[in-house]
Amino acid sequence: MMVPLDPSAKPTSQRRIAEGDTVVVYERHDAMRAVAVRAGAVLQNRFGVFRHDDWIGRPFGCKVHSAAAGGGGRKGGGKGGGFVHLLAPTPELWTLVLSHRTQILYIADISLVVAYLELVPGCVVLESGTGSGSLTTSLARAVAPHGRVCTFDFHEQRAASAREDFEKNGLTSLITVAVRDIQGQGFPEEHTGAADAVFLDLPQPWLAIPSAGTMLKQDGVLCSFSPCIEQVQRACEAMRSCFTDIRTYEILLRTYEVREGALKGATTNEESNAGPLPQKRRKLVAPAETLDDIQNSSCVMVRPCSTARGHTGYLTFARLRVHGG
Amino acid sequence: MGGLQRTPRHQRRRSPRLLPPHCRRVRTSPCFSSTSSFFFFFFLTVKIGNRTCSLQPLVGRPFGSLFSVGPSGLVPCADAPSRDDRMQDAADGPVQDETRDNRSLVDNNTAQNLSSDDIEAMKRDGVSGDEIVEALIANSSTFGKKTVFSQEKYKLKKQKKYAPKVLLRRPSTRSICETYFKKSPARTGFMRVDALSLLLSMANVGPYSDVLVVDMVGGLVVGSVAERLGGTGYVCSTYLGSAPISIDIIRMYNLSSDMTSRIVQAPLSDLCSLQNSGNAPSLLNDNIQGEAPETTAVPVENSQPSVPQPADTAISDEKAQSSKEQSIDIDISEPLLDEHINQDGDSSLDCKGDEDGSSIASKSLKAGKTPSPEKMKYWSEHGFSSLIVAAPGHDVESFVADLLPLLSYSAPFAIYHQYLQPLATCMHSLQVSKLAIGLQISEPWLREYQVLPSRTHPHMQMNAFGGYILSGIRIHNGDACNGIK
Repeated sequence: MMVPLDPSAKPTSQRRIAEGDTVVVYERHDAMRAVAVRAGAVLQNRFGVFRHDDWIGRPFGCKVHSAAAGGGGRKGGGKGGGFVHLLAPTPELWTLVLSHRTQILYIADISLVVAYLELVPGCVVLESGTGSGSLTTSLARAVAPHGRVCTFDFHEQRAASAREDFEKNGLTSLITVAVRDIQGQGFPEEHTGAADAVFLDLPQPWLAIPSAGTMLKQDGVLCSFSPCIEQVQRACEAMRSCFTDIRTYEILLRTYEVREGALKGATTNEESNAGPLPQKRRKLVAPAETLDDIQNSSCVMVRPCSTARGHTGYLTFARLRVHGG
Repeated sequence: MGGLQRTPRHQRRRSPRLLPPHCRRVRTSPCFSSTSSFFFFFFLTVKIGNRTCSLQPLVGRPFGSLFSVGPSGLVPCADAPSRDDRMQDAADGPVQDETRDNRSLVDNNTAQNLSSDDIEAMKRDGVSGDEIVEALIANSSTFGKKTVFSQEKYKLKKQKKYAPKVLLRRPSTRSICETYFKKSPARTGFMRVDALSLLLSMANVGPYSDVLVVDMVGGLVVGSVAERLGGTGYVCSTYLGSAPISIDIIRMYNLSSDMTSRIVQAPLSDLCSLQNSGNAPSLLNDNIQGEAPETTAVPVENSQPSVPQPADTAISDEKAQSSKEQSIDIDISEPLLDEHINQDGDSSLDCKGDEDGSSIASKSLKAGKTPSPEKMKYWSEHGFSSLIVAAPGHDVESFVADLLPLLSYSAPFAIYHQYLQPLATCMHSLQVSKLAIGLQISEPWLREYQVLPSRTHPHMQMNAFGGYILSGIRIHNGDACNGIK
């Protein structure tokens, strides 16, 4: 469902939300959640009470209004309740809504991993640990429809929860989840020489690197993700014996906010602007709300958001050396 | 259907179909040398430093093979230890108790006793690069006084110059984007590989997607989308005006014929008129060539256009920009056009009349077919699964408003730009029009690290700019859904 396995499964404008579908309920860009649609069920949030029955038959991407004013929300329920948008789930949205059982990878790291592992449909990729399955979902999309992601976690309960998630998202045919301590035992022998790529997110990646080398096909790519530079240091040392092209990166995203407004000039020239603009400095306000009273002098301004993720981890990529040529 | 059964690439690698031993033309592949500079080799020869090397030795070799550049051209390295090993060997042991420093080093240009004539003479006598490096070290009066680290640095620098190594790399989104970004960033709108990766993720490009693309970065985006589709779905490259834009870079991807057949080109006006009328415009109906894209696939080998300009131009305007301190100046020889045409005489020149007779369309050929009327109709009813816009020289706001209605509801989109302001204006107008939600402008920041025992730190030089991306999700804002019961 999240990753279509045949052409008819992809969401199009003709697709309607049906019972059993997972939808991502979008309140704001930082307030979303995944909901399984069930007849008779309701969703309650600060915008009110939403009946799933009202959703069924609507297209994905539609706006739905609450049936009754929300309980916990502001008293402004008098406006007839709030609304949310119902989105078709994607791996990117899933990363934003999944339940955090561990620290997860976010889109910047994920997209770089997928590109640098050179994943294409049909690839076999090994991953450890599974964690909350954020990266796993994107790996599955990259290798679908005929590739495979084999993911391992030593934590039985976490593996089970991840497996459940993958099942709900219709990814079972692409992802195998197994419970295994990769640092201690290495990857299972059945994958020897069969992996196009290996991804490690382990506390002591250097312990798993020799095994990763055994699993990879010739010229296959390894990636190790570690938050600490000491881990990177040791991982790189372990890679040098049989990997080449060892490169370590850090990737971050800077996001920007856009406002429409006007700035005060150096001299306040009352005569040119009759409006309130020159007298008092206008607060920069969200453009959509003030469309009507936008002055000619106002313009769209952009600046970086003041908070950002400052560090996620270091990504080390390496290529299994080709022997003998 | 063949595309679905695509052989895993590691098995295809040595396949004679891809690298026919009898064929002297080598398909394009990005390589990288131990200097970490990337380049394309093209057809018969490649220029590494000031040496022109035949590409013949590459034929039949697996990707990942290492070559050294000898007097006779490229020679496969017999499992030589990589530079990482060498660094490691030197770094072991003495690192911790290094006592030497640079107090006695005076830069008066007299440290090296070998003159350039001496070195030239050695080269003429067929002395190997490694031996020259040894000689340089032996004749350096200051080498022994350097710290172990700087001795290593010195060696590496000399090795780059006199004994360069070349690693054969598979063409992929990563290697192709990195190559263009390094060699001719203007051609691909300064799109760094992390920005491209983000575009592909943000636009949810995956199997069976029908991805609408505006690619004004030479085909880099179209090619990378086709690679991710793996012979399923479609990438519809749309363009403003009547003449398709060049998407020549797709030839660098070694796409299989299944994958190539999934690339179609259509003018934006056709897509829009279809959207508005709900019917296929008549001019499309008489375009027989456009029908059934699945079956008209042409073997990749034959789909090489005859004019190999991308690598060519890429390199020429690049000389100026290529990094200053790099000791090897890698260049690409002039492609042998005549020979190439002879080899390919049966293909690639068959310009079946496209409706507007555009030469670009026929040149970028099988990959850029017009979509069938059925497909067009399907898209007008179902919408595209996602959208990527990479028009670094355009005011994107003006046509994003036309593009978004072509998407299916809930479809994600990602718009690349090298400037921030056009995206800010575009984002603002989308906020106002309420066509999309989840709008965000992001800028990736990518920093590489040197990781060595006791010497781990970020690279001294980094690229400070890889582009901006506006992403969002198209929503359904029709009346049907707004209605409050």
